[in-house]
Amino acid sequence: MKRRAITVLNALIVFAAFLFLWQIILWIFHVPRFMLPSPYAVALAVLARFPSLMNALAITAEESAGGLIASIVVGVFVALVFAQSRWVRKMLYPYTLLLQTVPIIAIAPLILMWMGAGMPAVTLIAFIISLAPIIANTTQGLISVDENLVHLFLMHNASSRQILFKLRLPNAIPNLFVGMRIASGIAVIGAITGELFAGSGRVGEGGLGYSILYASSQLQTEYLFALVLAATVLGFAFLFLIMFLEWYFLHKWHESARAVEIE
Amino acid sequence: MSANGDVPEIEIVGVTKRYGEARAVLDSIDVVIEKQEFVSIIGPSGCGKSTVLKLIAGLSSPSSGTIRVDGMTPLNARETVSFVFQDATLLPWRTVKENIGLGMELERAPKDRREKEIAMLLELVGLKPVSDSYPRELSGGMKMRVSIARALATHPRVMLLDEPFAALDEMTRDRLNEEILRLRTEQKWTAVFVTHSVPEAVFLSDRILVLAPNPGRVHAEFRVDLPMPRTPAVRRSKEFDTLASHVAHTLRETIPQ
Repeated sequence: MKRRAITVLNALIVFAAFLFLWQIILWIFHVPRFMLPSPYAVALAVLARFPSLMNALAITAEESAGGLIASIVVGVFVALVFAQSRWVRKMLYPYTLLLQTVPIIAIAPLILMWMGAGMPAVTLIAFIISLAPIIANTTQGLISVDENLVHLFLMHNASSRQILFKLRLPNAIPNLFVGMRIASGIAVIGAITGELFAGSGRVGEGGLGYSILYASSQLQTEYLFALVLAATVLGFAFLFLIMFLEWYFLHKWHESARAVEIE
Repeated sequence: MSANGDVPEIEIVGVTKRYGEARAVLDSIDVVIEKQEFVSIIGPSGCGKSTVLKLIAGLSSPSSGTIRVDGMTPLNARETVSFVFQDATLLPWRTVKENIGLGMELERAPKDRREKEIAMLLELVGLKPVSDSYPRELSGGMKMRVSIARALATHPRVMLLDEPFAALDEMTRDRLNEEILRLRTEQKWTAVFVTHSVPEAVFLSDRILVLAPNPGRVHAEFRVDLPMPRTPAVRRSKEFDTLASHVAHTLRETIPQ
């Protein structure tokens, strides 16, 4: 407990030093405030526009969460199909790589053109970008089962259903969490990228990406900083939620779960 | 099932096993193992001793020759056979209790029977205090106990053990050796035990088969006439030493120059 308090204290000290350095730079170089506002001005902007900031945050959070959850459901399903045979895997796996390598920035405009701007299109973009790590990691977990465990199951005349649900799937849970951790971060990035192109169905009610675009065009640099801050907090919140779930489900039996704790 | 008294427990007749075009791993092996016999298989790496177990278990099939377990094909005899692997091969996400119950669960035994059996086995192998622990929390010796308890849970007539104690320290190994003999005396199963250790083979067995590699074949056979029950005192007897050094000498002959 004491060690954790020290960890938090250290992080706060670094943060304070960072803010101080930021302020010093402003004083020494006389940077105009539309280029780099002071930390204090950013804080004021957060307070002054708190409702609209929260609104933008909520929209982006909803889109990223929707995309992430969809990618987990679809990704696990695809992985289960992949785990059935090497043949299926060989045939279809290259396409998941494609999913990972296609630049989301390039296909976002296409999706918006097909679906129209708005939350469904942005959610779809978040879904596409977070799907590949879920598929890849879960498939890995499903197929990398100790051969002797499979033999053990066979010795008890286990059905292929039993092997899948009592052996392969539990074995893949730690891998699924690795995939979810990666996907949680990029789902937020995907949603914001989508919003940069799409904005919102209703003017003035877009998520963080839309608001960032708007604030920068209006030279509202303080608010722009506040939005970037909000986006970072959102990414962190997602990551911590996944890490908590990972700890909750794995800490009793899995080695990696103990390493999650910060030293 | 087939309580046919005169059928040997395991019958291996002219069995050859090769993978693809490569040299045979086993070359026309003939082994007969009687009911309730404890047979150890010892030999240098690559002599195919683990392959013999896999063939008896039906996890691999011979290229030629026949194998009968209790008069049946290995696949049909699986219900009467349990396998103990070299590493304990426990499911890490299951507690000790749940691991012991795995085989019964897969064979769809009713829950109350499973629980009764688990409670009895926990007592038998001395795992009661850790019944709700996960494998991660156990020592190597404890894990192996769980593995043995899991194998015994389905009341096998044949136990196939593939170097089960190879990774354990000598003290733990000796303790588990004594325990295996106690369990076997109580429950009267047939055992085929693969090992690298000569003293272990001598201490446990009724009979020792020494296999030679390239291609795998039975090089020599020893009958162990040490008194039963095999107490720790047996290990220190002169007869034990004489036989062990004899087996060790024969084993050395099989190692290719």
